[in-house]
Amino acid sequence: MIAVAAIVLSDLFAVVMLFGVYSLLTAALFMNLHAVDVAFTEAAVGAGVTTVLMLSSLHLTKRWEAMPRRNPLMGLLVVGITGAALVYAVQDAPLLGDPAAPVHQHVTPRYIEQGEAEVGMPNLVTAVLASYRGYDTFGETVVIFTAGLAVLLLLGIKDDPRLRPGMSAIGDQVVLRLVVKALLPLILLFGLYVQFHGDFGAGGGFQAGVIFATALVLYDLVFGEGSARAVMPPRWLHRLAAIGVLVYGGVGVYSLLAGRPFLDYSVLAHNPVHGQHLGVLLVELGVGIAVFSVVLLIFYAFSGRSRRR
Amino acid sequence: MTAVLESLSSLCLLLGGVLCITGGVGLLRMPDFFSRVHASGVTDTLAAPLLLIGLLLQMEWSLDSVKVILILMLVLATNPTATHAMAKATLHGGQQPLVFDDEESTGGEDTSKP
Repeated sequence: MIAVAAIVLSDLFAVVMLFGVYSLLTAALFMNLHAVDVAFTEAAVGAGVTTVLMLSSLHLTKRWEAMPRRNPLMGLLVVGITGAALVYAVQDAPLLGDPAAPVHQHVTPRYIEQGEAEVGMPNLVTAVLASYRGYDTFGETVVIFTAGLAVLLLLGIKDDPRLRPGMSAIGDQVVLRLVVKALLPLILLFGLYVQFHGDFGAGGGFQAGVIFATALVLYDLVFGEGSARAVMPPRWLHRLAAIGVLVYGGVGVYSLLAGRPFLDYSVLAHNPVHGQHLGVLLVELGVGIAVFSVVLLIFYAFSGRSRRR
Repeated sequence: MTAVLESLSSLCLLLGGVLCITGGVGLLRMPDFFSRVHASGVTDTLAAPLLLIGLLLQMEWSLDSVKVILILMLVLATNPTATHAMAKATLHGGQQPLVFDDEESTGGEDTSKP
């Protein structure tokens, strides 16, 4: 229903708000399905950062959606055929939670039974994400890095002389400044907690990177445009994004040089389980650094501009 | 003791639910943006902490209850700030609150903005 409303409305400001609500509801749905890490990431990214970034891009474009100029019938036909094909394919899929489903047969029992012993951490999601399927997570990190690269190539970060660090756009903001000043260290501390506590509870690199970036975005929004650049200049972020990906890849290359397969963590320490711990720690650190710098770079690319040029 | 705690917690939960409903009704039915933002502020600042306190009274004293207390403090700190920021931004955008005077009414402007 929210998705339908988001499609039908032409006031893009309301659509951005509806996207935020949709992300929050999806996070609640994931919680209902007992997928806590995914719900955490969805809430942080969807209901948090994406709303701010979409609002910034709205500031650069128009608020009202332009009228479509060609016949929508062809598009409707394509969407109808694709949707029908998808619904037909879903009929063959196993039921949710079916123990006889193929995905529960081969590797999943091994992950569940031996995951805690082999990797040494109670959070199976982080164990699968960072250790058993570490290569896929490496791909995700490179995708995030590429997205940041694409935004930099397309938009670039401008040093607008109209940036006014220290002066907010809506005048004197005593209440906001006070509360945000008190909350920012707590947010950063929470980001650190989430980063390093991913082994034991919900958390990990992606969520922590987003939380760190959100703290700096909040600082920038309340204390005047350009304040965050004084704290975290863009050229540091360029290097940090690359360092994040390199840390991840470096762990893999190190294990290659030690004679084992790529991203095999057992060679990192004297004991395979300690090696897994160290490997997951380093890898999540790389992911967190990369996500933080890319999200902040995208925000910088959008925030320093104005439509009235 | 547990009977007192149980009844207190049910009272808090019920009150929180009632305030959520009134907040929702106010959000839909109030004529002006500022009264709407006040209604949603009541939902955030009073109803959510009451619900959290009601849940807290049903838990035993453990790490989870400390986390709930932290969430409660965070909600109490951030939601009035957000309401204040929304109202201030709207005032900056030029929309004045709808007031009714005795002699004349300085009506609000375009109230169809969300």
